[in-house]
Amino acid sequence: MQINVFFDRENKEKTIEVDENSSVKDLLGKMKINPVTVIVSKDNNILTEDEKINDRDKIKLISVISGG
Amino acid sequence: MNCCKEKPIIELQAGQKLCKKHFTEYFEDKVHKTITKFDLIGKKENLGVAVSGGKDSLTLSFILNKLSKRNPKIKIEAIAIDEGIKNYRDKSLITAKEFCNKHNIKLNIYSFKEEFGMPLDNMLKVLDVKPCTICGIFRRYLLNKKSKELRLTKLATGHNLDDECQSIMMNQFKNNIQASARLGPKVGVKINKNFVQRIKPLYLCMEKEVATYAFVNNLLDEFAECPNVSKSYRAQVRDMMNGFEQKFPGTKYSIVNSFLHVLPGLKQRFKDEAVNYCMNCGEPASRDKCNACKFADKLNKAKDKALVKIKQ
Ligand code: SF4
Ligand SMILES: [Zn+2]
Ligand SMILES: [Zn+2]
Repeated sequence: MQINVFFDRENKEKTIEVDENSSVKDLLGKMKINPVTVIVSKDNNILTEDEKINDRDKIKLISVISGG
Repeated sequence: MNCCKEKPIIELQAGQKLCKKHFTEYFEDKVHKTITKFDLIGKKENLGVAVSGGKDSLTLSFILNKLSKRNPKIKIEAIAIDEGIKNYRDKSLITAKEFCNKHNIKLNIYSFKEEFGMPLDNMLKVLDVKPCTICGIFRRYLLNKKSKELRLTKLATGHNLDDECQSIMMNQFKNNIQASARLGPKVGVKINKNFVQRIKPLYLCMEKEVATYAFVNNLLDEFAECPNVSKSYRAQVRDMMNGFEQKFPGTKYSIVNSFLHVLPGLKQRFKDEAVNYCMNCGEPASRDKCNACKFADKLNKAKDKALVKIKQ
C-alpha cells in the first residue's frame, strides 16, 4: 500500500510503498528515520509507533531535534 | 499499559502509554518535581526566561507562566537574543513575540547587531570561526549582562535532557572536564553579583517529550532548525546519542543520572579555579579578558581590514 508522507525537516512530500498491515514503526524503518527524532501525526493527531497505518494515509513527520 | 480509555499519543520508556491529558499532567509533574528536587525556584523570585521561539523555550515559558499565576511572588519576564540569523531567528522571534503577547509575558529583546555592531550572519563573513562558538559566547554574555540589568534573581533556560546529555559527552570526548563542572540543573552560586544563576527546569525531559508537549498544547506550528547547526560538533554527538537511544532505550537518562552523581565532586574539584572578572567589561572571565571581549576585539580588527579592502 502507499502512504503519503510529508517531512517538515526536508519540506518535502513523498509517497512511500509499505506492506499491508504496516505500523508507524515499519514506515519509519522503511524511511530510515530514527523514531526518537520525530513526532508522527495524522490529521493533527499524534500516532504512537505501534499504530497501524492504512493505504493512502496522509502522514506528517515533525522533526523534534532542536536547532540552536 | 494504557493510562485510560483515551487514545494514547506517546509511549514512555517504561512501556506506559499516555493520552494527551495524562501526558500533559505527567510532563508538568516531572517539571515541578525537577524544580523541587534541585531547589531551582525559591519562594520569591524575579525570574527571567530565555526564549528563542523554539519548542523548548516556549514550553518552559508556558509552564513557568502557569506557576507564576499560582504564586504571585514569583514574577517572570522573557529575554530573547536576536543573533541575526536570516530565515531562522527572524522567524522564531515572531513566534516568541506572538507567544509572549498572547500570554501577557513581558519580552525584552537584545540583538547582536545593536550590542556588537553586526548580525551573526555578517560576523561569519569577516571572521573565520565556527558559527556556534561565537554565537554561544555572545549569547551567554548578553543573557548574563541583561539579566543583571533587569535585576533578575535567576535565569531559566529551556535546556532539556538531550541538550545536557550532549554537553556531557562533548566534554568527555574533548577532555574538557572543567566545562562539565559548569553543567547541571542549576549553574552558578547564589551570592554572586556578577553572575546570575541559571536554572534548567526541563533538565529531566527528553527532547521528544518536550516536542510532544509543545505540539499537543498548540504552542507553535513548526519546529525550525538553525541553518548552522548541521556544521556543529554538537549535531554529530546528538545524532550518535539518538542512534544509541534507539538501540538501547534509556541511554540518555543513564548518562545524565550518572553525571549527577559525579557532579558534586567535579564542582568541589574546580571550585578554587577562581572566577576572574573581565578587565574590559566586568563580566565573569577565566583570564583577564572574557571570551566575548576577545571575540569583539577580533571582530573589530577583521572589520577594519574588511573595510580597508573595500576602500582599496
Ligand atoms: S545552532 Fe549554533 S549558530 Fe545556530 S543558534 Fe544555535 S549556537 Fe547559534
Ligand atoms: Zn489517559
Ligand atoms: Zn569582557
